[in-house]
Amino acid sequence: MSIWKKAISTAALATALATSTVTVAQAAPMRIAVVVKALGIGFFDAVHKGAEEAAKQIGDVQIIYTGPTKTTAEGQIQVIDSLIAQRVDAIAISANDKDALVPALKKAMQRGITVISFDSGVAPEGRLMQLNASSTPLIGQTLIKLAADHMPNGGEVAVLSASATATNQNAWIAAMKGEMKNYPNIKLATVVYGDDMADKSYREAQGLIKTYPNLKAIIAPTTVGIQAAAQAVEDAHMVGKINVTGLGLPSEMAGHVHSGASKSFAIWNPIDLGYAATEIAYNLATKKAVAKPGAKISMGRMGTVTLDEHNDGAMANPFVYDASNVDQFAKIF
Amino acid sequence: MTSPTVVQRQIPDRLNSPLSRALRSWEALLVLVVIAIFIINSFASPYFLDPWNLSDATYNFTEVGMIAFPMAMLIIAGEIDLSVASIIALSSTAMGYAMAQGAPVPVLVLIGIAVGLACGAFNAMLVTRMGLPSIVVTIGTMSLFRGISYIILGDQAYTGYPASFAYFGQGYIWWVFTFELLLFVLLAGAFHVLLHRTSFGRMVYAIGNNPTAALFSGIRVARVKAILFLLTGVMSGVAAVCLTSRLGSTRPSIALGWELQAVTMVVLGGTNILGGSGTIPGVVLAALVMGLVTFGFGLLNVPGIVMSIFIGLLLIGVIALPRLWSRLQARRS
Repeated sequence: MSIWKKAISTAALATALATSTVTVAQAAPMRIAVVVKALGIGFFDAVHKGAEEAAKQIGDVQIIYTGPTKTTAEGQIQVIDSLIAQRVDAIAISANDKDALVPALKKAMQRGITVISFDSGVAPEGRLMQLNASSTPLIGQTLIKLAADHMPNGGEVAVLSASATATNQNAWIAAMKGEMKNYPNIKLATVVYGDDMADKSYREAQGLIKTYPNLKAIIAPTTVGIQAAAQAVEDAHMVGKINVTGLGLPSEMAGHVHSGASKSFAIWNPIDLGYAATEIAYNLATKKAVAKPGAKISMGRMGTVTLDEHNDGAMANPFVYDASNVDQFAKIF
Repeated sequence: MTSPTVVQRQIPDRLNSPLSRALRSWEALLVLVVIAIFIINSFASPYFLDPWNLSDATYNFTEVGMIAFPMAMLIIAGEIDLSVASIIALSSTAMGYAMAQGAPVPVLVLIGIAVGLACGAFNAMLVTRMGLPSIVVTIGTMSLFRGISYIILGDQAYTGYPASFAYFGQGYIWWVFTFELLLFVLLAGAFHVLLHRTSFGRMVYAIGNNPTAALFSGIRVARVKAILFLLTGVMSGVAAVCLTSRLGSTRPSIALGWELQAVTMVVLGGTNILGGSGTIPGVVLAALVMGLVTFGFGLLNVPGIVMSIFIGLLLIGVIALPRLWSRLQARRS
């Protein structure tokens, strides 16, 4: 055997060895499935973006972004079954039905898959933990702060809510009232209800503008109400005098932000939510954290989440949108 | 004088031998499709040929298949029932209500089937007694039955079915064979005998081909149709028991859109949508095709919308192919 041949074969062997070591070192990446209510929804496409961001940051994580065509529990169960079949490492799901998914997700957990829910939760026995985008106290804080930020001299504010029996809205308004002790120069004039109907909300907003001439802000913790109020303020030529704020969707509010009727508003940031869900799923699947009441689990750049007695946790304050970022998010949802 | 010669002429029972008929049939084509899908899936995903995964995948078609059998007979007889999914919803709601009142498991099953029967009877009465077209009647009852569920439940759900109730939708007979799969096979056998081996089955074909001729041959057309609607109702009730047991909960949106899945299965199985022809083995094979395609695509994480497009194209192909074939034959001769 010539020296050349020997050299080449040795080199080849070395390369082969090196490649094989590399393959061993690059063990199959952890597969985290993000299951959403249905594909083709802008909000969840943004969640996917956040999940990919977290995967890139962690390194050896592959995201499987999937969901049914229609927002049905049966469709999600089919998806879960196929994910169990693929033996993914973790599932993070936003549920179409908090109860109907429980048997399928229980089966997933029995076969060693880490299951968490985010956004729209699953009943406690079907998941390790639930990540809420925000929480009632945090939303209450944000609502009054949004208004106060643009009222340096204080004054009167009014609330335009959904229906008088809406559980979510009532809880948020109660939390906001509790928080108002920190803003002594701001007075709550009244709470009116637009029943989440565009025309009724618009009329109620008109009524507020006429009844309270010194009104400085309308706070609408509902996506229908905030839009109607902004429209009413524009139509009454009160832009600059009354600031409309609350919870709204960037795509619906972009125009009103640019007209000046709304200086800023808030809603959960889906990118952050997808990012945080992926971080948590990774930490639970790698046993770096355990989901139990009182546990603190890292969410990377989003800080840590603390679980309550039902293993529920809140991610952060609602994300604030204003003229600087609303257009960017309006394209998403 | 010549004696008259008797010309012996053989009149065969069949124009083609049973074997060649079977080979040229629609069912033979479906068998090829099933085999092809099986082979493609085995190569496309390493997780496909796993008994447990295949067992999970049978849920993709067992419940819809149970409704597709009587639906095939209805369509052969020239009628249709689009209210089947809504019957499931109402029947499941009734079971949930009974469960909340503390009814034991056998009673729950009876109630589920009885409500299905009652709904079927209502459809039968409107179609056969009042002579209304079934497509219109069942579009109406589709809204009616599900509407009652929505009135009873609203955005609530019945949960907490007894543990033993879970057997129907989650239990195993032996190894990987589920209770639902066994039920599906038994029902396929029963409907096969009913349609292809009894005089009742012959009447169904006769009515579908020519209701007037059938009537003048002494067939009680209205009664046969009424029985078919009752059968469809009962089978929807059975499917409701299985699905409710599998989900472990009832919501008014349960089984949304299943009527079209069942009709798709029937038509894909070679049943003429205008009535007169079709077979039970065809429906069984179509169920397998749809189940395996859904599962295979799911393993590859193909988005649900692509699956819908594929099933849609398959369906159009199924209806167009025989027409194209007969045109080709006509041109050749």
